[in-house]
Amino acid sequence: MRNELLDMGCRQLRDEIAAGQVKSVAATEAVFEAVEKYEETIGAYISTFRKQAIAKANEVDEKITAGKKVGLLAGVPIAVKDNMCTAFGATTCASKILENFHAPYNATVIEKLLAADAVIVGKTNMDEFAMGSSTETSGFRRTVNPWDTSRVPGGSSGGSAAAVAGRLCFAALGSDTGGSIRQPASFCGVVGLKPTYGRVSRYGLVAFGSSLDQIGPLTRTVGDCALMMNVIAGYDQADSTSVDEETAPVCDYLEKLDEPIENLKIAIVPQFNAGADEQVQKALRDAVGTYKELGAEIIEVDMPHLDYAVAAYYVIATAEASSNLARYDGVHYGHRTDNASDYIEVYSKSRAEGFGKEVKRRIMLGTYTLSSGYYDAYYLKALKVRNLIRSDFTDVFEKCDCIMTPVSPTTAFKLGEKVDDPLTMYLSDVYTIAANLAGVPAISIPCGFDEKELPIGLQFLAPAFSEDRLLRIARMFEKQTDWHKKKPVIS
Amino acid sequence: MQKKISRAQVRNVAKLSRLELTESEVKEFSGQLSAILGYMEKMNKLDTDNVEPLAHCLPISNCFREDAVRESLGTEKTLANAPQRDGDFFKVPKIIDSL
Repeated sequence: MRNELLDMGCRQLRDEIAAGQVKSVAATEAVFEAVEKYEETIGAYISTFRKQAIAKANEVDEKITAGKKVGLLAGVPIAVKDNMCTAFGATTCASKILENFHAPYNATVIEKLLAADAVIVGKTNMDEFAMGSSTETSGFRRTVNPWDTSRVPGGSSGGSAAAVAGRLCFAALGSDTGGSIRQPASFCGVVGLKPTYGRVSRYGLVAFGSSLDQIGPLTRTVGDCALMMNVIAGYDQADSTSVDEETAPVCDYLEKLDEPIENLKIAIVPQFNAGADEQVQKALRDAVGTYKELGAEIIEVDMPHLDYAVAAYYVIATAEASSNLARYDGVHYGHRTDNASDYIEVYSKSRAEGFGKEVKRRIMLGTYTLSSGYYDAYYLKALKVRNLIRSDFTDVFEKCDCIMTPVSPTTAFKLGEKVDDPLTMYLSDVYTIAANLAGVPAISIPCGFDEKELPIGLQFLAPAFSEDRLLRIARMFEKQTDWHKKKPVIS
Repeated sequence: MQKKISRAQVRNVAKLSRLELTESEVKEFSGQLSAILGYMEKMNKLDTDNVEPLAHCLPISNCFREDAVRESLGTEKTLANAPQRDGDFFKVPKIIDSL
């Protein structure tokens, strides 16, 4: 029998814990019972912290009994992707090169979760260094989709998405460089938000593509997503790319969540959507119908440069990755080879032994496009194309509140299906990467199922720093539909 | 149109990347990188002569803070993850053979 507590939303659970009606220890125990039972099948976690989590839950329960004030996530069991530094346990990025790395400090988001009295239950599996769209490049284990265990959970935050969908936590943090929160959220039937670049501190997030990476929540409802944003959003002096409150104030994302946006205008990009599977397109058409019933106006727009987003993205992301991953030198931390005969081999053998194939491939690509003679043709060209893509967004946002697209051209694919074909895997990111290139926020919410009963996701993109409106737009749909209430039966 | 990356080029990029590749990896990457770079060349269809490169999307430029003394990590924590250390130092193989 499943513990009914596990189906509770974060907000309700937090309120009941704060009111003393439910013990955080009970919720935390329920999570670990589920982990014991289903984790072998799902494989969502790289590490779990049972003892520490129960201790934290007890501490929160005692605070409440003593009548002390508690935080926004009081006693709520939360999972975090294993590329966020924690001063407890290991931070592996699902890479052998960091297998034994123990970060000396907490990432800012971890500090914020702890300050909000959240209970951190574990660190989730991911594609190695967040490079992948299926979680299959993890150096440690396989994560499967709770809706169909023969399929991928998506990636790179696949462990976080599977843990949220499979009731192995109440909410999770992921990171999104080109869709790594939204695509797994869509494959696993949960809500995933990539905030505006600069909205959430990246301090302590292991870098992949520094101009693209952003941390965000994966939750079961839009409301829980807003709650998580209330905890993690905001300026951080430790991250020089975090945006100050004067430039863009952080608001209470829950305050107006249930108020529909008046005179809502949604743009769709027909030429772009045509590439998705028929069932994904049908779900999108149904969503258009839902919004029309709600009084929204739907306009068709052209975004002429979107077609070049995958090409530009994989130049920029791999270039930044090749530079960021130069730090794994076998000297300061991480794996060091036993077989080096000179200092060059300390680097080249440690890296050869520690990195998996996809990471090597991307380092190679990035190094190539940054190398002398190719820089202008690839890297500089991609930065210019990036500017054109951003202009497409600026132009369209003058005419509408948001853009609606699929999240992924397909629903969850089979394990192993694309693993040997990197270009096909990259092309599956076609709908998500433009948001990272343009720095704008984007959300994925459940909007239906295909004939195989696999979840389909709906994506909204909105202007920079308008997460409050983006969440309200998503909430309008959620109120009208039941998709978010469906849950997988893990076999 | 497709640009073929030869195995020699792959070996050179691997050297720049400080990655020791096996011969089978060299062969595999030669094919895969050619296909991926070939795809990327579709960007050439766009005229970008008068377009500025965009490195990031932030509405901010320089970020300064007070140049004040603050607590830092400390020697022990900094060296705690070192694969090899010697006292307060990271240990590496000899770099200069003879002096």
